Amino acid sequence: MSFLNNVITGVSLGSIYAIIALGYTMVYGIAKMLNFAHGDVIMVGAYVCFLAMGNSGLPPVVGVLLAVLVCTVLGMVIERLAYKPLRSAPSLAVLITAIGVSYLLQNSAQIFWGAATKTFTPIVSTDPEARLWLVPGQLSISYVAILSVACCVVVMAGLTLFTGKTKMGKAMRACSENKAAAQLMGINVDSTISMTFAIGSALAALAGVLMCSAYPVLSPTTGSLPGIRAFTAAVFGGIGSIPGAFLGGILLGVIETFVKAYISTDLSDAVVFAVLIVVLLVKPSGLLGKYVPEKV
Amino acid sequence: MKKKMSKSARNGFINYGLVIAAFFVLRLLVGAGKLSNSLQSLLVPACCYMVMAVSLNLTVGILGELSLGHAGFMSLGAFSGIVTAVALQGAIPSVPLRLALAMVVGALVGALGGVIVGVPVLRLRGDYLAIVTLAFGQIIKNIITVLYVGVDGKGLHIALSNEALRLAEGGTTIIKGPMGAVGVTKLASFTAGFLLILITLMVVQNLVNSRSGRAILALRDNRIAAESVGVNVIKYKLMAFVTSAALAGAAGALFGLNYSSTVASKFDFNTSILVLVFVVLGGLGSIRGSLISAALLYVLPELLRSFDIAEYRMLIYAVVLILVMLCTNNPTLRSLIEGLKEKLGSQKAVREGKGGGANE
Amino acid sequence: MKKRVIALAMASAMTLGLLSGCGGKADPTPTPGTSTPVSQGNDGAVTIKIGGIGPITGDVAQYGTATQWGAEIAVEEINALGGPIRFDFKYEDDTGSADTAVSAYNNLKDWAKDAPLVIYGTTTTTPCITVASETNADRYFQLTPSASSPEVVAGKDNVFQMCFTDPYLGTAGAEYLKDKGLGTKYAVIYNNGDAYSTGIAEAFLAKAKELNMDVVTTQTYPDDETADYTVQLTACKDAGADVVFLPIYYTPASLILNQAKQMDYAPLFIGGDGMDGILDMEGFDKSLAEGLLLMTPFSAGAEDERTVNFVSKFQEAHGILPNQFAADGYDCMYAIYEACQQIDGIADMDSAQLCDALSQVFGSGTFAVDGLTGKDMTWLSTGEISKSPLIFKVENGVYVDA
Repeated sequence: MSFLNNVITGVSLGSIYAIIALGYTMVYGIAKMLNFAHGDVIMVGAYVCFLAMGNSGLPPVVGVLLAVLVCTVLGMVIERLAYKPLRSAPSLAVLITAIGVSYLLQNSAQIFWGAATKTFTPIVSTDPEARLWLVPGQLSISYVAILSVACCVVVMAGLTLFTGKTKMGKAMRACSENKAAAQLMGINVDSTISMTFAIGSALAALAGVLMCSAYPVLSPTTGSLPGIRAFTAAVFGGIGSIPGAFLGGILLGVIETFVKAYISTDLSDAVVFAVLIVVLLVKPSGLLGKYVPEKV
Repeated sequence: MKKKMSKSARNGFINYGLVIAAFFVLRLLVGAGKLSNSLQSLLVPACCYMVMAVSLNLTVGILGELSLGHAGFMSLGAFSGIVTAVALQGAIPSVPLRLALAMVVGALVGALGGVIVGVPVLRLRGDYLAIVTLAFGQIIKNIITVLYVGVDGKGLHIALSNEALRLAEGGTTIIKGPMGAVGVTKLASFTAGFLLILITLMVVQNLVNSRSGRAILALRDNRIAAESVGVNVIKYKLMAFVTSAALAGAAGALFGLNYSSTVASKFDFNTSILVLVFVVLGGLGSIRGSLISAALLYVLPELLRSFDIAEYRMLIYAVVLILVMLCTNNPTLRSLIEGLKEKLGSQKAVREGKGGGANE
Repeated sequence: MKKRVIALAMASAMTLGLLSGCGGKADPTPTPGTSTPVSQGNDGAVTIKIGGIGPITGDVAQYGTATQWGAEIAVEEINALGGPIRFDFKYEDDTGSADTAVSAYNNLKDWAKDAPLVIYGTTTTTPCITVASETNADRYFQLTPSASSPEVVAGKDNVFQMCFTDPYLGTAGAEYLKDKGLGTKYAVIYNNGDAYSTGIAEAFLAKAKELNMDVVTTQTYPDDETADYTVQLTACKDAGADVVFLPIYYTPASLILNQAKQMDYAPLFIGGDGMDGILDMEGFDKSLAEGLLLMTPFSAGAEDERTVNFVSKFQEAHGILPNQFAADGYDCMYAIYEACQQIDGIADMDSAQLCDALSQVFGSGTFAVDGLTGKDMTWLSTGEISKSPLIFKVENGVYVDA
């Protein structure tokens, strides 16, 4: 039973990583940049939802929508001001700018909302009564976890369909393959990438709300650690691959929980990352990543 | 070919000259009491970060592999250096000698870390290599955080908890788990930092200008082409990576011995990123750029203290970072500066400008 | 290559601008909080510079800002008294790391120039150990509100603490549980990446062993913990622990309480002084903390006049309730103030003389201060404080004496 409990804990944690990783991988897959500010957009989303629900007393749905709206706009603004001018710059320059944006968001959040940790009001109840009890008194799963897994699956399916079937999605894939060629085919590269950031940031807002519902603390640095973990998860699953991000996130959560439960809590980080290294050595492009042969 | 060689050699000498000149100017300022306490206290750490930046540039700029765990090597160097310095306290009373030994040990341990990470990992490419170096940095941090190291008459003791250390009477605990290394006697000096920079320059510049260096550059520019003409990929990648790790280790030892307490969490992902920022702002592949940008950017947040803006300090730092990245990559601004240079028509300016690029 | 030239030009221009800004500091530009660098004012009052250090940006910013704000209120009150001693207060950011703390400290030295300077801080342990060895060498008196490791004061005659030391709290916790006969099986969950948490936990475990308490499991989590403590709680639950000792800060504690409730696990939780503040987290469901025990020297709900006054001023200025970090900061200022009054000829002293004089007063063993965090607080010559922890229990969302 404790094994099953650990599986559930792992999947719940993993679903949070997964939903963050989906946003990461989306932006990476299309814009080919590591958006280190993604974790901080998550934090902003959570704050917006927190303020909407807590201070203004709006219902959770409105809070989530507001968070998504604010983050979408924020993502597009960041892209327009900070990343777009660097479209032709080396990828490392963009990486450093993303880090700058990350510091900027963290420090602005501290100035606006203070450094003190706040307790997030979960969007769905986390009372022991409000859980799905599989075996009464022994095995249960929280509604937040169910919701976040469901969100992951929906988002994953939605993104796969979107990039596969719609015109915009196809344009995104074209940009991802070759920006110059896409432009020649009449695709507006700028607006396509802007769209990618809009979607990525909307996902970040959703991830922020879900993460803070599952683990209800909120501070200006809330997003940075999960951001790194989710980045790890995205690479683990094969960065750029949408199902890979989901798989990577869930697996990372489960592995982390198992290491803590069965190996050591002292060295859990070390073991988790060691597992990651081993996996990457065996499968150098991640679990579901495409192997792209180099052109000579 | 010959011309290029001489250019890069001259370039190297300019770097030495700059460092030596800066050292003596600062020394004079300190001697004359013209340098404020806060700037004086930044001298040693700035030297460490300059070495960190040059060594990371070897991996990122010259070898062309993104590393997000450079602080891990610094951490290895810092803690092994501290252990060496404390353990030899009785045996070697001479401070400079002990410091030098600590830095050598730091470099060796850093190099060992470089080999351990490099051998399996350098087969990976691009962002996958980046994530593995990040993972490595986390692993190092996690392990040192739970590590207890002590020394007594019988030698070094290493354990995962305080009780398991079992020190004999009169032994001292050097690393105390999450508390890190505590009660370290400060050994580092500006002169040591200066010498370390000179050694780093010597190592890196000679490596880059050697036959091996050309092989490394060839790998960066086109791995497949380099491989097809018989360049041993793993060997040269490892050479650059391990050298870089060793230098980071030495810098770490100096850094660790500049403070009376050091914790593993100091050398986290953010520190790796900080050094990467120095390298990118200074220019990939440019040794001089790394030196200058590390010195300036390390000092920048401290200088921001002189304004009454405590809580906006890091915000301004972030804005500066973004603006510098945007401006330096702005085509209009670049062509403007280019035009300005042409107008000046100074041959020297052009030469100077090109100077740093010889390594590219 | 071109961009590199531009980058360097830009960076140098900015830094040069700042450097010149630095040089231009000689012009006396009166800014609030920085007054004239002379030690004697017009009315014969002595002005002492208090240089505070603590994190006001970064991960631990909330603790640094609390110690800053608490001290600021006290400084304002002291200066308003119009007594013979005035304080000139400046607070510098150390982001919670040792190297930045040393720069902050040197910055304060530059700020004070030749005026007498007292160092207040740092908030967190690691930077404090480093700064303490610097002040010890340079001879500045140092009083920390919250750096609680014994290493902070070890071997330094000029460094004193306002908070309990970690081993003291751990030992007190074990003794309290034993005395009151609370629980039969004990568990500990602590942050093994944090000196404070590990220090208390180790002392607790040692004392528990000595008292033959049955500690069934010891669980740790790393400093970078994302937020899931279910595994550790499950281990405690499976081991049948009915008391869980949590020597951690209130942020992770709030998650642990939340997750324990979700698991339907309701042992007696007991925390240290880092737990104070949990009830004041914005949005925290206070029913989660029902029955929680905590050892802290301060309660914002206390009804004595000084606490009420402090709490209302703090709330008015910052919109939140003060926690023990803020209260310790407040007490630090009054302790320095009262000690200064006992020194003869303070007007002519420089920092080093003031350091020796203050160290002597604090270390005399007879110097006692009444503060928000304790009555009749005295110091040992080692620098550790001697005051008794109050044990509170949370009932209906407020502290009551346990």
